[in-house]
Amino acid sequence: MADLRVSLPGLDLKNPIMPASGCFGFGREFSEFYDLNQLGAIVIKAATGKARYGNPTPRVAETPSGMLNAIGLQNPGVDQIIETELPFLMSYDVPVVANVAGSTVEEYVEVTEKISRHPVVHAIELNISCPNVKEGGIQFGTDPKTAAYLTEKVKEVSDKPVYVKLSPNVTDIVEMAKAVADAGADGLSMINTLTGMRFDLHQKRPIIANETGGLSGPAIKPIALRMIYQVRQALDLPIIGMGGITSAEDAVEFLLAGANAVAIGTANFLDPYVCPKVIESLPETLERYGFSSIHECRLKGEGPHE
Amino acid sequence: MMKEQWMEVVSNQPIALDTYEMTLHGELVSTMTQPGQFLHLKIGEGFSHMLRRPLSIADVDQDDQTVKIIYKVIGEGTKWLSQAKPGDQIHVLGPRGHGFPVEKVTGAHIYLIGGGVGVPPLYYLGKKLAERNRVTAVLGFQTMDAVFYEDKFQELGETMILTDDGSYGKRGLVTDVLEADMDLYYTCGPLGMLHAVTRKLKDVKGYVSLEERMGCGIGACFACVCKTTDPNDDRGYRKICKDGPVFPAKEVVLWQI
Repeated sequence: MADLRVSLPGLDLKNPIMPASGCFGFGREFSEFYDLNQLGAIVIKAATGKARYGNPTPRVAETPSGMLNAIGLQNPGVDQIIETELPFLMSYDVPVVANVAGSTVEEYVEVTEKISRHPVVHAIELNISCPNVKEGGIQFGTDPKTAAYLTEKVKEVSDKPVYVKLSPNVTDIVEMAKAVADAGADGLSMINTLTGMRFDLHQKRPIIANETGGLSGPAIKPIALRMIYQVRQALDLPIIGMGGITSAEDAVEFLLAGANAVAIGTANFLDPYVCPKVIESLPETLERYGFSSIHECRLKGEGPHE
Repeated sequence: MMKEQWMEVVSNQPIALDTYEMTLHGELVSTMTQPGQFLHLKIGEGFSHMLRRPLSIADVDQDDQTVKIIYKVIGEGTKWLSQAKPGDQIHVLGPRGHGFPVEKVTGAHIYLIGGGVGVPPLYYLGKKLAERNRVTAVLGFQTMDAVFYEDKFQELGETMILTDDGSYGKRGLVTDVLEADMDLYYTCGPLGMLHAVTRKLKDVKGYVSLEERMGCGIGACFACVCKTTDPNDDRGYRKICKDGPVFPAKEVVLWQI
């Protein structure tokens, strides 16, 4: 059977599949559906310095093969997450990746410092790409200098490897990737959602109360693949790939584009069992396309057409 | 416990203007015992529609293993649903959420106050309550063509129908006919109606069922939340899909300016 193991900074994964941040809460709800030990890792919902309520509702809207969301980083705050959510995840033998967000550099630094010390947290996912908050979030992820500065500051206080989650809402994704790589990022996580809108014909206004939201789902898969491929051509940094993955075939496609592991987001809403299903069918899928390991799959995909 | 199933469509037909009643069959029905819970239905083929549609349970028949849902055709998702034929399979996640508490209610005069497609969950609720209580239904619709289930509610107790345009029943809003002559009320409908009802019946114990665009439907994504009225509440919010969709009327903020 194909070897599914993947070794990345801070993350020894039994398989390359993990739920994406924001689509899985802190794991509790999905633990009622299956044993979370099957997962390669768990990326938990973004933590901020203080509790946040998030945006007004409606916060989601469907789009062709996708959806928009504007949750607005609702979370109970880093202290509460450490106190009540992380202990629950201790009972599983799965590395946790903590997604960190903030409005200021100081907030990112404070949250990282606190959460990276927790033993269940094996890596940080630096969220510089949330398109749905007025302050912070995406503004850190669209200017290379700002992103680099933040990465540097967070690296100074983090006990764990830092994966920077890139925004696709930029002209040059490679420039962004290089900037955070030079600033010391241990890996990249890409892509976050693309800013989009939908309007309600009956009410004659945007469906989402925040007006704009982040587009996710299979609709953005080709963009994610293109961006991962471009960054892979320029950098050797580990990449956790995401953007519309719904099947083992999709996962293999991301590995070929240059991702080292993948995260599944929106598909969890349609099928709460999607992660274990993809993990189960991955060995057979790899074999069908002639790969004996995740590593081999990665190597084959690296070269451009000759 | 079973959490999902491909259920078989037994029937799917219009019962009012743009309003369909669908009957689904499957073993999953054995878990549908609490009125007010909802089913999270997968729409379309494959991954063409990424969001399920939450639809409240309108009636359950445990002997036949069937469940009824009622929906209004508004967009692409409900349009797809309206085209389902008997024998088709629809994937159902559920029942989800917390419904109306009914177990301990007995010997009470209860009002069921519904508006439009907020009426369906009140029917299954009414059936449960009518066994041990006096039930009065006050149901509001936009117009005559939109009215459904009047006869079914009449079997449970006194039933008043109101329409916005006066084309059927009384003309006006459900709040026009409400008096505080009740022990308890349960209400489901548009937010404006819920707000008006809870304000008019502020001294009566009541429960509201909320509707919201949902993501996961299982409490993980924070798409459907509402604020709590108590500023000292330890969370300050409730998840409609998981903590609700039914809440004590005084627990949640219905209207925000």
